Amino acid sequence: MLSYAAKHGTKKSRRNIKGVSMFKNVLGLSVGLAAVLSAGAAFAQTEISWWHALDAELGKKLESIAQGFNDSQSEYKVVTTYKGSYPETLTAAIAAFRANEQPAIVQVFEVGTGTMMAAKGAVKPVYELMTENDQPWDPNAFLAPVVGYYSDTDGNILSLPFNSSTPIMYYNKTAFEEAGLDPETPPKTWAEVETAMRQIVDSGAANCGLSTAWVSWIQLENLSAIHDQPYGTLENGFGGLGTEFTFNGPIQAKHWENLKKWSDEGLYQYGGPVGGPDAAPKFYSGECAIYMNSSGSRAGVIANSKDFEVGFAPLPYYDDETTDPKNSIIGGATLWVLNGHNDDVYKGVAEFFTYLSQPEVQADWHQFTGYLPITNAAFELGKEQGYYEANPGSDVAIEQITRGTPTANSKGIRFGNLSQVRTVIDEEFEALLAGQKSAQEALDAAVVRGNEILREFETTNQ
Amino acid sequence: MQTKRTIFPSKLLPYILLAPQLAVTLIFFIWPALQAVKSSFEREDPFGFRTTFIWFDNYRRIFADPNYLSSLGRTAIFAISVTLLSMAISLLLAVAVNRLLRSGKVYTTLLVWPYAVAPVVVGILWWFIFNPSIGLAPYILRGLGISWNHRIDGNQAMILIIIAAAWKQISYNFLFFVAGLQSVPQSLNEAAAIDGAGPFKRFWTIIFPLISPTTFFLLIININYAMFDTFGIVDATTSGGPAQATNILVYKVYTDGVLNLNIGSSAAQSVILMLIVIALTIVQFRFVERRVQY
Repeated sequence: MLSYAAKHGTKKSRRNIKGVSMFKNVLGLSVGLAAVLSAGAAFAQTEISWWHALDAELGKKLESIAQGFNDSQSEYKVVTTYKGSYPETLTAAIAAFRANEQPAIVQVFEVGTGTMMAAKGAVKPVYELMTENDQPWDPNAFLAPVVGYYSDTDGNILSLPFNSSTPIMYYNKTAFEEAGLDPETPPKTWAEVETAMRQIVDSGAANCGLSTAWVSWIQLENLSAIHDQPYGTLENGFGGLGTEFTFNGPIQAKHWENLKKWSDEGLYQYGGPVGGPDAAPKFYSGECAIYMNSSGSRAGVIANSKDFEVGFAPLPYYDDETTDPKNSIIGGATLWVLNGHNDDVYKGVAEFFTYLSQPEVQADWHQFTGYLPITNAAFELGKEQGYYEANPGSDVAIEQITRGTPTANSKGIRFGNLSQVRTVIDEEFEALLAGQKSAQEALDAAVVRGNEILREFETTNQ
Repeated sequence: MQTKRTIFPSKLLPYILLAPQLAVTLIFFIWPALQAVKSSFEREDPFGFRTTFIWFDNYRRIFADPNYLSSLGRTAIFAISVTLLSMAISLLLAVAVNRLLRSGKVYTTLLVWPYAVAPVVVGILWWFIFNPSIGLAPYILRGLGISWNHRIDGNQAMILIIIAAAWKQISYNFLFFVAGLQSVPQSLNEAAAIDGAGPFKRFWTIIFPLISPTTFFLLIININYAMFDTFGIVDATTSGGPAQATNILVYKVYTDGVLNLNIGSSAAQSVILMLIVIALTIVQFRFVERRVQY
């Protein structure tokens, strides 16, 4: 299915590139033509291209936000283009940059942050963009975990946080009830998850207990953060390019060993590599009763879970390892502004970003999608509106990511080529499930291979 | 040769007539190939800001990488299996259709259809049929006591892409085999039958040797197909997984270059791939062709 999206994306990109060059050619002409053709508009609109990676419900919502901006003024027109999955969008933007056909704005997932930050010549930092164009800019307006995750070493935010999420646990309340479990008390710890899974499968309420999207992000990166375990040296990579991975500790090994055991027993079903494309259908169809994915999947989960009631809960933890689970870490994407456009375009981008950061727009996006409210004001607005009381479970993600004081291990992670490392982690996890390696061996191998990738990145970016 | 010169009095004309084709070849084949050779000696960040010439470092890394070497082995298994499976089935079908007098045309038409299906669509069809959660095949196999999950089991994933890739190629092979079989003189077959040779004997001693040029031609085409044209199938069914079990060379070039943005390594791999094809073709033409009976 991924490749279908890829193909779809390429087709669109070709059209877009053509559109851009045509646009450049006829720019002069269109100034004159605009007056003739569209009677109302006295001047040509400046087009701002925005490449994104959201499809289905999220994509439609994103487009409606761009439309909202377009309707709010007549000077600029934001043109959205869906470019496939997150990795595909990043690759497309890089390829376009090399061909000098880059979009003004590109949505890059959190994994690409290290890559984008290293590409100084390609990026126009958002804090510079906003000051240059006299737009309000206050980093403190954003939620603390968001600022922490996306700031560079000098404390500047380089890209505009847009859709930030954190993984949570979705569960099938109907299946819980059928299995004799209390649907209102979701399991808090992994031990409770195991008991619940057994009861669900044994009672026949569902064929499988658990499936999860994003094994690397949820079952390793977030697992490490929640249990206050270092993911890499030098403050999880925030301290510099010389960082090395350390995610092969005892807690991670124990967790992977459990997943393997549950997989063999049929309690857990693997959802596939990267985003785990099979996990969601397993949950939607009632095959698996528990599902872990980004809080940003909320809209999709609600839309697709027609035959049962969905519950929302924080990610479980091992209570024999910690009594004080830390905050989970961020996922999702930010908006990067690329170099190589004229001042008019940047002025429009800055205005669009101000529009995007309004509490009303933010709160609407957050409440519709399940992504985090990026700004404190949006969160407050949601509270005032009584949204969280009216929609139980909608505040699970934000409470989980803001609980306690973030430690160096739970602040986030920052590694170059992280996308490749995640692929390596998926491969080693698959080797574990296939019985080729033990959990410790798989994690050790992932660390060794991951470190090679980090060294490669260090050499390329020195 | 003399007569040809009189047709083209101007020495320039033939080159002008060739020019469009040459231009296409140069722009779309030779130039990118040279670019790949150039990139294979460089290390470059994804955006192309810093490029360093590093001689054979990319190649050294590739051959020191156990993943690359195992990918090489897997590609060999894949290419050989796809070639044998699809050629054997198409030959069987061609022989069967060749015996039919009236309905042969109908079967031929039906059997050619899969060739019109795009590789990605083929991949998605088989992905659907063999999907561990919703597919029909795993459901049937479960009834037979086989648990099918190519998301975890690397061998099953390999079987899946072999089946999908072979299925796609059957139509093509079938057409050539049918044409080859029709060119075998019926009189030879009849003479052998009168001498008392059974259908099997006739096939192996008369028909099979006589269609060997077709078989040889298809062998080259199929190996090249399996190694280079199966990207879409792999991408749509397994994406090279699980644990790189189906990461054949051509797919690895894509993942390393396009997804992982390691352009130098990816370019070096495609240069190696290019050399493999050249070598393979030379070997096949020089040594295998000699044994072929025309």
